[in-house]
Amino acid sequence: MNGKWVFAGAAALLLIVFAVATMSYKSESSDQSAQAVSRNKERLVRMHSPTLGNAQAKVEIVEFLDPACETCSRFYPLVKQMMAANPNDIRLVLRYAPFHNGSEAVVAVLEAARRQGKLWPVLEALLASQSAWAPQHTAQVNLVWPHLEGLGLDLERLRADMNAPEIVRIIEQDLADAQALNVTKTPEFFVNGQPLPRFGFEYLQQLVDRALQGT
Amino acid sequence: MRNDATPGWTLIFAAWLVAAASTLGALFFGEVMHLPTCVLCWYQRIFMFPLALILPAGLFPFDRRVVRYALPLAVVGWTIAVFHQLLVAGVIPEEIRPCTQGVPCSQTVIEWFGFLTIPLLSVIAFSTIIALLIVTHFRSSK
Repeated sequence: MNGKWVFAGAAALLLIVFAVATMSYKSESSDQSAQAVSRNKERLVRMHSPTLGNAQAKVEIVEFLDPACETCSRFYPLVKQMMAANPNDIRLVLRYAPFHNGSEAVVAVLEAARRQGKLWPVLEALLASQSAWAPQHTAQVNLVWPHLEGLGLDLERLRADMNAPEIVRIIEQDLADAQALNVTKTPEFFVNGQPLPRFGFEYLQQLVDRALQGT
Repeated sequence: MRNDATPGWTLIFAAWLVAAASTLGALFFGEVMHLPTCVLCWYQRIFMFPLALILPAGLFPFDRRVVRYALPLAVVGWTIAVFHQLLVAGVIPEEIRPCTQGVPCSQTVIEWFGFLTIPLLSVIAFSTIIALLIVTHFRSSK
């Protein structure tokens, strides 16, 4: 037997096994995440979840976001652009998935700012200055304060509110929902309850476009 | 006797099969299943991946000196794999665990048939490769 052919055949076989295993694993896991969503519909949006945009909008994007996640900060303006391009048709529901170290405290800042009606401006300011307060992918809440200047916040009240038991409960609930919905990385999007087929802005755009064209 | 018909060729070929399967397996765990890759796993990859390339270089044409080039990689990789396995088994105490931040190496992410973990697979793969290389060395030098 010719060694070259044996080698080439074995190499091809290994690669084919790898490709087939990859494809079957991916299709199986996307089935699983779709099932996880249909089993846990009530976990997608909670009474406490902050929303942006028209309450009657026909497209609802649920975003699981970590304020310390770099990709989240890159996606956020794109989502806002999509909403601006379709005014009144898209609603954004914000869910917290503070997976980075130290990120929970930053979510507490967001929720405390929400009590002063400043959730969205604070979120935008924090995402824009993320690299300054989350060096090495570790959120440091002590570094957050300079970036909140000029937003008209009562910082003393905000610091006191951060430890409110309601806020702690919101974060716990969102993390539990994320787990039940198979959300393991951020940002994760659900468009009218449907998870993205694959991660990427173009897939989000496709789902949203389809939902906009639908009834 | 043709080059690729010697027992040495077949042994190196078998070692390559193990290295290539391990390489693809590690990539599958990391890139497809997105399992977290801990520090020790990275070091084992550093010594396994090159074997998948160096061993075929000794097959065409067959050159038994490939054992000398591949064996150091396999031995170091094996040492790390054994260390990792002892860590997972709890033989090595808490204090000298090298990775407490990020992904702990002592965390078990996969357990097949109740005993087969990723570090154990790594120990088995490196051991097999070392055994095949040593046998090649003695068989071909005769």
